[in-house]
Amino acid sequence: MEADEVIAVSDLHVRLGGREVVNGLSFRVRRGEIVGLVGASGSGKTVLLRTMLGLLPKTSGVVEIMGVRLERATPAQSRRVGERCGMMFQQGALFSSLTLRENVEFPMREYLGGSDAMYADVALAKLAMVGLSLSDADKLPSEISGGMTKRVAIARALALDPDILFLDEPTSGLDPIAAGEIDRLIRTLQRVLNLTVFMVTHDLNSLKSVCTRILALYDGRIIAQGAMRDMLAFDHPWLRAYFQGERGRAAQLS
Amino acid sequence: MAPGPTLRAHRTAGGVTLSAQGDWTAAHAAELERLAHGAPSPPAGPPSQHAEALTIDLGRVGRLDTFGVWALERLRRGAVDAGAQAQLTIPADARADLFAGVDKALSRPPPPAGRRQALAGLLERIGLGAQAFSVDVAAFLDLVGRLAFCFWRGLLSPSRLRLRSAVHHLDRTGLRATPIIALMCFLIGCIIAQQGFFHFQRFGATNYVVDLVTILVLREIGVLLVTIMVAGRSGSAYTAEIGSMKMREEIDALRTMGLDPIEYLILPRILALIVAAPLLTIVGNGAALYGAGVVAATYGDMSPAVYLERLHEAASHIDLEVGLIKAPVMAFVIGVVAALEGLKVQGSAESLGLGATASVVRSIFFVIVLDGIFAVLFAAVGM
Repeated sequence: MEADEVIAVSDLHVRLGGREVVNGLSFRVRRGEIVGLVGASGSGKTVLLRTMLGLLPKTSGVVEIMGVRLERATPAQSRRVGERCGMMFQQGALFSSLTLRENVEFPMREYLGGSDAMYADVALAKLAMVGLSLSDADKLPSEISGGMTKRVAIARALALDPDILFLDEPTSGLDPIAAGEIDRLIRTLQRVLNLTVFMVTHDLNSLKSVCTRILALYDGRIIAQGAMRDMLAFDHPWLRAYFQGERGRAAQLS
Repeated sequence: MAPGPTLRAHRTAGGVTLSAQGDWTAAHAAELERLAHGAPSPPAGPPSQHAEALTIDLGRVGRLDTFGVWALERLRRGAVDAGAQAQLTIPADARADLFAGVDKALSRPPPPAGRRQALAGLLERIGLGAQAFSVDVAAFLDLVGRLAFCFWRGLLSPSRLRLRSAVHHLDRTGLRATPIIALMCFLIGCIIAQQGFFHFQRFGATNYVVDLVTILVLREIGVLLVTIMVAGRSGSAYTAEIGSMKMREEIDALRTMGLDPIEYLILPRILALIVAAPLLTIVGNGAALYGAGVVAATYGDMSPAVYLERLHEAASHIDLEVGLIKAPVMAFVIGVVAALEGLKVQGSAESLGLGATASVVRSIFFVIVLDGIFAVLFAAVGM
């Protein structure tokens, strides 16, 4: 693993229910990159993401995050990786018995040695940054809309100002304005904190405007990688359909 | 590891300048906290004309994240609150967004500081409790009415009774509960018989142990044990199932398909309970009497033949009926309470847990209250 690489995946295989979902996959992510992972439904995107985070067992291969192999990590190492990585789940995965502010404060309480006032202020700042009105901060996750859930989930993933941010479809289900704000937020944070972002997304606009590199997953393998404009050069039927379909062209033009 | 955050104070012509250095990031949260609440004082020097003016200089700061920005803003606001003129030059790059977010959070109105008086709080809680109770009673009656309506409709067109679903639940709550209920009742039968023999021996009345066991088991213990077990085993499961369906909007989905969740989910479950409870009571009675017989033979020196003969004399069909009449009524109440608590579940995992607990506690309470009412009733009709 080279010095500025924060994620290294080599020859990863994941078998689920007798089917090879991830099939010999290798890639690297350097610090500061915003990598977008695209692929058809069922092509193994979420499985790959969950395997990288150690939530699913892999059959073989190596996943290193910040130089740590999760399966061999000491408790201190895996705690450090947990502190420096933020994950946003597709459905938000907010703790349903905590208010939105408490959800964002939760990782801070676990990892930092500050005061309640500091946690409350910073949590509210995060919520404000993802575009939530502060009067909603004391609501419970069951009382807010799907779009707001996404924003709070991102705020919680950002709670510790992490080095690596994993996002599972951050803009799906959001209106274009909110999606644009999230895109802007990701870019801003990337610049401010030199954040590395690894996101699964179907949003062609975020792929174009946010991602510095796109990985295209098909049948458990990476069939193409590069910037948005490079994607058009690859001659693969699924890629062509994805990026040169009506929506793909619209995003290219915008 | 990068150097932690520090503040250097020095005097300039315009006042005091605080120069922030090092990394102002989450990793140094405790130090940031300290810095935010007390700026170092400048080295002693000639008092300047604008001693109150404070400038925070970010020129030499290393990494800066939301926590660092929070500390700087707090510092500035603290100085302003103390009457100083404080300035913080917000960098013109992307970091300005962090400042905007923190500024918004810190500018929020303070929470209303309304401390209620103890007495008023107590009265409020009593009032809210009473209101919640009346709402619960209304919901109970409402559900009973709807169930009766659904059942009547089901009788007119039997396909609406969802018998297939009811049989499935009968298997879960009845058949699969049989081993544990039989074991529990067997043990309780053993214990009652042992206590009976032990204490009655002193009066030479061991013959009456069989009467004690029979009447106690058939009239009270059998049905109580079974219904308490059903409440703990099946009532809580019903609450959890219905509650999580409510949480995931599955019940709303049924409604939008034009299906009645009471007909589809609740009635079959309650029918299953009503059928299962008397059957389980018979199993439990048998197991308890068998346990008593085992103890009679091994501990009480009473041969099985004598035990059986005494049993025949002591037991009447009325005792059995008393137990069996109570079982379905109690099962009905357990089912209704379980369904009600399930339907009350809100969005959070916590409310699901509360619902399951309330379901078990309330249904056991109701079972015992009902048992008392039945005792009075049966005494009145001479059973």
